[in-house]
Amino acid sequence: MSALLAVEAVSKRFRGLLAVDRVSFAVPPGAIFAIIGPNGAGKTTLFNIIAGALAANGGSISFAGQSIDGLPPDAVCRRGIARTFQIVRPFPALSVEDNVTVGALLNRREVGAARAHAQDLLRRLDLFDKRHRPAATLTLPDRKRLEVARALATGPQLLLLDEVMAGLRPTETDRMVAILRALNRETGLTILLIEHVMRAVMALASRVLVLDHGVAIAEGAPESVVRDPAVVQSYLGAEAV
Amino acid sequence: MPLSVYLNVAVGGVLTGLVYGLMALGLSVIFGVVRVVNFAHGEMMTVAMYIAIVMFAWLHLDPLILLVPIAAVLFAFGYALQASLINPFITRPEHSQFLLLVALGIIIANTLLIVFGPDARAVQTAYAYDSFQVGPVIVDAAKIYAGVAAIIVTVALFAFFRLTLLGKAIRACADNHTGALVVGLDVERLYALTFGLGAACVGAAGTMLVLITDATPMVGPGYTLLAFVTVITGGLGSMPGALLGGVLIGVTEAIAGLLFTPSAKSMFAFAILVLVLLFRPQGILGKRLA
Amino acid sequence: MIARLGAGLASCGAIPLAILLAAFLLAPFFVNDYLLTVLILILYFAYAGQAWNIMMGFAGQLSLGHALYVGLGSYVAATLFTRFGIGPWLGLLAAIPIAAACGAVIGYLAFRFGVAGVYFAILTIAFAEFARIGFDHLDYVNASSGLFLPVKQYAHNDLWLLRGDPTMFYYVILAATVFAFGLCRLLLHSRIGYFWLAIREDEPAARATGIDTFRYKMYAVMVSAAVTSFAGVFYAFFYNNLFPEQVFSISRSIEIILGPIIGGIGTLFGPILGAFVLTGLAETLNSAMGAFGYDLPGAKQVFYGVCLLLVVLALPDGVWPPLARRLGLNDDKP
Repeated sequence: MSALLAVEAVSKRFRGLLAVDRVSFAVPPGAIFAIIGPNGAGKTTLFNIIAGALAANGGSISFAGQSIDGLPPDAVCRRGIARTFQIVRPFPALSVEDNVTVGALLNRREVGAARAHAQDLLRRLDLFDKRHRPAATLTLPDRKRLEVARALATGPQLLLLDEVMAGLRPTETDRMVAILRALNRETGLTILLIEHVMRAVMALASRVLVLDHGVAIAEGAPESVVRDPAVVQSYLGAEAV
Repeated sequence: MPLSVYLNVAVGGVLTGLVYGLMALGLSVIFGVVRVVNFAHGEMMTVAMYIAIVMFAWLHLDPLILLVPIAAVLFAFGYALQASLINPFITRPEHSQFLLLVALGIIIANTLLIVFGPDARAVQTAYAYDSFQVGPVIVDAAKIYAGVAAIIVTVALFAFFRLTLLGKAIRACADNHTGALVVGLDVERLYALTFGLGAACVGAAGTMLVLITDATPMVGPGYTLLAFVTVITGGLGSMPGALLGGVLIGVTEAIAGLLFTPSAKSMFAFAILVLVLLFRPQGILGKRLA
Repeated sequence: MIARLGAGLASCGAIPLAILLAAFLLAPFFVNDYLLTVLILILYFAYAGQAWNIMMGFAGQLSLGHALYVGLGSYVAATLFTRFGIGPWLGLLAAIPIAAACGAVIGYLAFRFGVAGVYFAILTIAFAEFARIGFDHLDYVNASSGLFLPVKQYAHNDLWLLRGDPTMFYYVILAATVFAFGLCRLLLHSRIGYFWLAIREDEPAARATGIDTFRYKMYAVMVSAAVTSFAGVFYAFFYNNLFPEQVFSISRSIEIILGPIIGGIGTLFGPILGAFVLTGLAETLNSAMGAFGYDLPGAKQVFYGVCLLLVVLALPDGVWPPLARRLGLNDDKP
């Protein structure tokens, strides 16, 4: 089975710092793939490279069989990869509905049709009742859901979620996990997520990649990765192993 | 035209350029630290020019003597401005800050227009028509004095930023706002100080500029633009760059004024601006932007 | 399309709007010549302000050199008229592509090379100044001596050549302002409008949502420039004299932006309201001072500066949003 996203030996250097060091992995279509690792491991940098916001210094990335190296962020999105940001970036003065409509307009010419699709997504993400409020007035969990809705509106095959659970209470986390699981199950949406909240990772991911200091140190099913000595050491220090 | 004419004009351009450089330095300091685009820069310089003209007319004080007092007055003005109006605006969107200063610029320029009328005024010093001769080059005495004064003020400013504790504190603010706060620096006061310094530069530049050229109330915007072109050409965040940019613009303007009509010389400043923005946006001495 | 235009109008009060429009249509019958000229000026700035608002209010690109497009419109139309006898409406057909092309050049230079925010504003100023000095030395259009349109006493109004009494000009600029309003409304509710707002709000986020921000920013600049050029054509044929010093002056650029800023950037009614408030107050000030025997050139500008200052300090969103909230009107998009 060919991968939807194939990342091959991707590296990124910032002047003296090697943030990502020849990382390779493949995400099969329909999977939920998680990337975990201590802070500063290079996870968001990797995301930014995949999404086209940063240029890699080495390696290549292909999506649905075609190379996406060097494509700008908007082109990457048009190819079918949507992303959320670690620090949410809604369009503050626009209403919740308008935020998502912008995303829906990527593949639709008619504003009316786009808005209808946006409303469907808002219902799915429990934001329908707040659709007329300016995005700036939303609470953090709502903003996170809004960003997911906006990303989904662009009709992606692959959704990149950057720490979407951060700052959520356990009940909110469970709700988000349920929504993502449902999307994956019903629409076959492939999800690649960066996450610190292990509760969500264990509940969602079929496969986990662990990064530490820019290097991939483990990959596999969640249960085995979590018990991998190298992984435990990177999180807790050598004494803990 | 014989080479000596070009040389004369070029040297004159360099000296005028040093004054431009000082003016631009004020802008660079303000923008580099406070991150506010001082759109009223030229107007503040016009105020300095008029103070010099009025003082000269009343008290017969040579502009070179007035240099320090006028710079001090502008310092106070800049400090007060930053402390009262601009500091609360730091968190506002860029265009709000910009428009605040645009408004101030309009008010200043037109108040000057109401008070002094539209006619050009100048300062006729005793040495206005003197010149020095060095080899084949003949230079106006006034320009030499202005240029030298500009260099002195600039060196003093460099020394302040490099050598004094206060100067280092200001540079720290510019480098890392949050870090400066964490370390306990009174950032707002330092900002006000910086704006005051920038204004003082402009005051000094204006005082010297009256030795070289006339003043009308409406010259402000032209000089603001020139200051921007200079700073962008020389490199944002680089103090030597501002000076270098000033000299470059000064010489280009002078030569262009010689080859084409003098009134069209500003067009070349703009052409340079466009070229710099296109091909080397960080300027000659600027650091490469992220 | 008309249905779409009318659909949202109910939310901002179709009845008051209709009354307002009727008032404007009937105004010339009730006001004296001086007031008519003031109204023309108000509508002129309402029109130009809306054109500028497309670039800034919708797409978030601050232009402080819009006098460039006005000037181009003026000079192109005036030159075609004085040298070739071509009427202003045909002249407009030439002015629009020229202005749009200039906008495209500025936009391309800026957006391809990452010149944004304040630097973009400076670039726009530089181009306007470049044009000012350039035209000041261009003998083909009489350089600094000024270009004059022939004015004869006409027995009747000539709409085709825009020769006639102020009433005709009033209705022309009124129609233009209404047209601009309709255009802005259409754009704001269209796909392009949504993309522009996204770019204005957060450009990197807009890119991540698949929007080709370069292309849409270019559209904004070009459309704004094209719409502004008509103001120039009108100006040329109304005042009948053009001086580069005045037409391309930075004061003109700033006058254009004052209306929308005071009224409310990005709103539909902001530029119109702002033009009213600003020009209305300015002319009142002028008349008052004239009545007292003062004639201070520059006083009007100081007044503009103070207004701008007050609005920036106290009403950052302009006069319209709080007013709309107070009146219970919903001006569609912020």
